[in-house]
Amino acid sequence: MASQFIGVDYYSIESLLSEEERMARDVVRRFVEEKVLPIIEDHYMAGTFPDELIPHIAGLGVLGATLPEKYGCAGANNIVYGLMNQELERGDSGVRSFASVQSGLVMYPIFKYGSEEQRQEWLPVLATGEKIGCFGLTEPDHGSDPGSMVTKAVETDNGYLLNGAKMWITNGSVADVAVVWAKLNGIVRGFLVEKGTPGYTTSDMKGKHSLRASVTSELVFSDCEIPKENILPNVTGLRGPLSCLTQARYGIAWGAIGSAMACYDAALNYAKTRIQFGKPIASFQLVQQKLVRMLTEITKAQLLALQLGRLKDAGTMRFTQVSLAKRNNVAMALECARTARTILGANGITSEYPVMRHMANLESVYTYEGTHDIHTLIIGADITGIEAYA
Amino acid sequence: MNIYVCISHVPDSTTKVKIGPSGKEIDEEGVTFILNPYDEYAVEAGLRLKEKQGGEVTAVCVGDDVVKETIRKALAMGVDKGLLIKADRSRDSFGIAQAIADVLRDRSPDVIFCGKQSIDYDSSQVAGMLGELLGFPSVSAIVGLEMNGDGSVTLERDIEGGQEISKTTFPVVLSTDKGLNEPRYPKLQGIMAAKRKPIEEIEAAPYENRVQVLEMRMPPAKDAGKIVGEGVDAVPELVKLLHEEAKVI
Ligand SMILES: Cc1cc2nc3c(=O)[nH]c(=O)nc-3n(C[C@H](O)[C@H](O)[C@H](O)COP(=O)(O)OP(=O)(O)OC[C@H]3O[C@@H](n4cnc5c(N)ncnc54)[C@H](O)[C@@H]3O)c2cc1C
Ligand SMILES: Cc1cc2nc3c(=O)[nH]c(=O)nc-3n(C[C@H](O)[C@H](O)[C@H](O)COP(=O)(O)OP(=O)(O)OC[C@H]3O[C@@H](n4cnc5c(N)ncnc54)[C@H](O)[C@@H]3O)c2cc1C
Repeated sequence: MASQFIGVDYYSIESLLSEEERMARDVVRRFVEEKVLPIIEDHYMAGTFPDELIPHIAGLGVLGATLPEKYGCAGANNIVYGLMNQELERGDSGVRSFASVQSGLVMYPIFKYGSEEQRQEWLPVLATGEKIGCFGLTEPDHGSDPGSMVTKAVETDNGYLLNGAKMWITNGSVADVAVVWAKLNGIVRGFLVEKGTPGYTTSDMKGKHSLRASVTSELVFSDCEIPKENILPNVTGLRGPLSCLTQARYGIAWGAIGSAMACYDAALNYAKTRIQFGKPIASFQLVQQKLVRMLTEITKAQLLALQLGRLKDAGTMRFTQVSLAKRNNVAMALECARTARTILGANGITSEYPVMRHMANLESVYTYEGTHDIHTLIIGADITGIEAYA
Repeated sequence: MNIYVCISHVPDSTTKVKIGPSGKEIDEEGVTFILNPYDEYAVEAGLRLKEKQGGEVTAVCVGDDVVKETIRKALAMGVDKGLLIKADRSRDSFGIAQAIADVLRDRSPDVIFCGKQSIDYDSSQVAGMLGELLGFPSVSAIVGLEMNGDGSVTLERDIEGGQEISKTTFPVVLSTDKGLNEPRYPKLQGIMAAKRKPIEEIEAAPYENRVQVLEMRMPPAKDAGKIVGEGVDAVPELVKLLHEEAKVI
């Protein structure tokens, strides 16, 4: 059965995709239609993560999709991975966040910087969704400037003693393993902290108006001792977490297109059927102008993401190019959501339509994984050679 | 078990179909094709049977090179190999059934699954004809399937107002209906493996259609609505028109 949603493709971008890429996208599209959309509004309103979807998402092969088959992953290319993110986020940014944290921020560092034992232990079970991971970088007082983090690790006879706190951590309280970044002798290192380790506690953050169908937690480490073999051996310094963010931001650049498509699709259908002043509101120039702007921006974002993916597959992608796509595509999606909301009038604020949910979600997406402004500064520094952070 | 699943390549139900210049076939320009939804139940049934009984599942499709994409969708779900019986896609149902029967006759199939109908032409003929041509029993539109210890199979069908339970033996042709199972989503690993799985190609024997399509027509456009008046005053006129013109009361 095909999905009812046929996507947005004004520029025959379809023809730039391989059969495999299209098939992978269509499977996730259908999954979202059949399994995510029917339940997501209720989870969103209740503020719960739809964990019943985890085995399905894993079953599709989304988690760690680009990692090698010997770890239970699919070894897919980056376009496939991007398209899967796009479709998941058409469902909900929280669902996509779950998948991109697990893939880009947990499986990727274990694969890239972990020991062979760590890879063998964690990657296959993270790929099947039997185990969940989270990524702890942000702290209550250190967000955009993670280099000034205060979470500390001290070497002991048996391993490392962690002290500190991480905040805003997606999947935090449900995670079986946390990839935690802390300073050891003043240098940022990655540690794998397992659920249940004495001295490690989590609590969920309440009162979110955004990403309500996603778990966001605080992680606290007080004299939390972890074994020696739980340090990620192959990376030191801020480069470690930042390279993970590059992976996850890549997925977000695609994911945002999914949210934008959902909003555009809702607005277009609404405009064609909503009658005011005796005519469909789609017949008014102001409404057409809004729809055209959305379509144009979505089309540009699609081409940006596609070329970014081709560069990533070729191994020539630079992290500043990811910043450009994340920055553009998320801002674009947020604008589409807001515009779509206006077209839906009062209906736009309700859970009958996905628009307000996407809009509220995108406020988080705009801020996490490097805020919009921080990406401006990253690209600004790249093109001028002058850093403007401080 | 030697399991075959006959699949067809049909236009996506969300695409707007147009009639081509010949007036006898659809215009395929811009149409996306999918694996016929009823065939998904057939593929799933084949895969489950293999998982229980062991063996091999082969997806069979009669058509040209274009349908390979649909065969690969079945391969992505987990089917072991594909069999493309090459023939013009404008064959009638008998021509399709005969092409399949000719090839499968010597391959000792245990079960041949088909979808109960394809959503494009809705003929629902291939499964029954295939059973007849091969001399196998055939049961159509099954919603339940249970293997018995003695090698027979018990089948369940939805019939008007209830269920029918029947029993038959292998080899058998079964057509599948919605409700039989929930077709699995292809795993990404399966999608990637699909292009490495073999698709055997065999030329079908020449065939002259027994049924000729003379013409295809679009459904008649709906007439514009008519407002006969407003409020209570309009009721008599409305009743009169419903009775005399629309003849519905
Ligand atoms: C729902 C959600 C989930 C999250 N999940 C995770 C997670 O899983 N793991 C994790 O580690 N983190 C996570 N985060 C945290 C996220 O990455 C941070 O919120 C983000 O990095 C911004 O940090 P901050 O909130 O402390 O804002 P701040 O850094 O305090 O920034 C506040 C404002 O100041 C601006 N600003 C800061 N510095 C500069 C500057 N030099 N020049 C100009 N402007 C500046 C920012 O752009 C922003 O507008 C999540 C956040 C949210 C909302
Ligand atoms: C929380 C809430 C509380 C409310 N409380 C009240 C209340 O107490 N009393 C009350 O009477 N109403 C109330 N309203 C209704 C509100 O006033 C209407 O939602 C508003 O007038 C817009 O009407 P609509 O939602 O039907 O949108 P529509 O009129 O259907 O408009 C949809 C879109 O089409 C655009 N549009 C419409 N016509 C044209 C045109 N000719 N040219 C270009 N664009 C056009 C609109 O700008 C909008 O973008 C409330 C609404 C909300 C959300």
